[in-house]
Amino acid sequence: MHDSQSTAGPATVMQYETENPALRHHFADAQQQKNAASLGMWLFLVTEIMFFGGMFCAYLIYRLMHFNAFAAGSQQLNIWMGGVNTAVLIVSSVTVVLAVKAAEAGKRKVLVGYLVVTVLLGMTFLVIKGFEYAEKFEKHHVPGPTFNFTDKFDDNGKQIPVNSKEAELFFSLYFAMTGMHALHMIIGCGLFTGLAILAWKGHYTPTYFTPIENGGLYWHLVDIIWIYLFPLLYLISRHS
Amino acid sequence: MAEHEEHTTHSQGFYIGIGAILLVLTVTTALVAFVNLGPFNPVVALLIATIKATLVVLFFMHVKGATEKLTGVVVVSGFFFLAILLTLSLADYLTRSWR
Repeated sequence: MHDSQSTAGPATVMQYETENPALRHHFADAQQQKNAASLGMWLFLVTEIMFFGGMFCAYLIYRLMHFNAFAAGSQQLNIWMGGVNTAVLIVSSVTVVLAVKAAEAGKRKVLVGYLVVTVLLGMTFLVIKGFEYAEKFEKHHVPGPTFNFTDKFDDNGKQIPVNSKEAELFFSLYFAMTGMHALHMIIGCGLFTGLAILAWKGHYTPTYFTPIENGGLYWHLVDIIWIYLFPLLYLISRHS
Repeated sequence: MAEHEEHTTHSQGFYIGIGAILLVLTVTTALVAFVNLGPFNPVVALLIATIKATLVVLFFMHVKGATEKLTGVVVVSGFFFLAILLTLSLADYLTRSWR
C-alpha cells in the first residue's frame, strides 16, 4: 500500500516534466495553462479599456459642450502625421500576428525578425509623434501659460473668434490621450525588445510561446486605442 | 491532449489581407471626413473605427475561434461596461439643458 503510493506520485510528475518543461505543476495540461494565461491577459486588457474609457468619456462630454473650439483645434492637428502613424501601427499589428504564427511554427529566426520589425515600427510611430509634438510647441498649442490659439479663419481669410480656454481644453485632452497612448507604445517597445532577446536565446517553442501571444494582445489593444484616437482627435469637422 | 491543440492561426496571406482592409478603411475614414455629411460625419467615423477594431479583435487577437470560451465573455463584458460608462454619463450631460 505504502509502496504503491510513493511510486505513483513522483512518476506522474516526472511524466509531465519530461513532456513539457514549461508546464507548471498546478495545471492539468499545456492547453489549460495557456487558456488561463490568455484569460488573465484579457482581464488586464479590460482594465486598460476602462482606463482609456474614462478619458474617452471626458473627451465626449467636452466635445459636445464646446464643439466649435474642438473642431477648430482638431483642424490644427497634422492629418498627414496622424494618418501615417495609423498606417504604421496597422502594419506593426500585422507583423505581430505573423510573429505569433512564426512562434507557433517554431521558426526562431523568422520570429525574431518579426519582433524586431515590430519594435522598429513602434519607434517610427514615436518619432513621428515627437515631430508632431514639436509642431505643437512651435504653434503655442501646448496647454499652459504660453498657450495661444487664434488660428481659425473662414474662406475669405477673416478670423473667426474661438474661445481660447475651450481650445486649450481640446489640446489638454489631445496631450493626455496621445501622451498616455505614447507611454503604452514605449512600454510595448521595451516589452517586444525583451521578447526578441528571449526568442533569440530560444526560450519559446511550438508548445510554449504564451509570452509572445500575450505581448501581441497588448500591442493589438494599443493599436485599437489609436484606431479610435485618430478619427476622434484629427477628423472633427474637416469638411468646413 | 495533443488532439485538442489550439490552431487558431490563419495563413500569412489572410493576415496581410486583413491588414490591407484596415489600411483601406483608414484612407476611407480620412477621405470621408472631408465630405460634408452633416451630423453623420462622426457617426461614419466611429462606425469605420469600430469595424477596424472588430477586425483586429476577432482575427489578430484570435477571439474568433479561441479555445477558451470565457475569453469572449470577458471581452464583451469589458465593452459592455464601457458602454455603461459612456451612455449613463451622456444621459446626464445631454439632458441638463431643459432646466
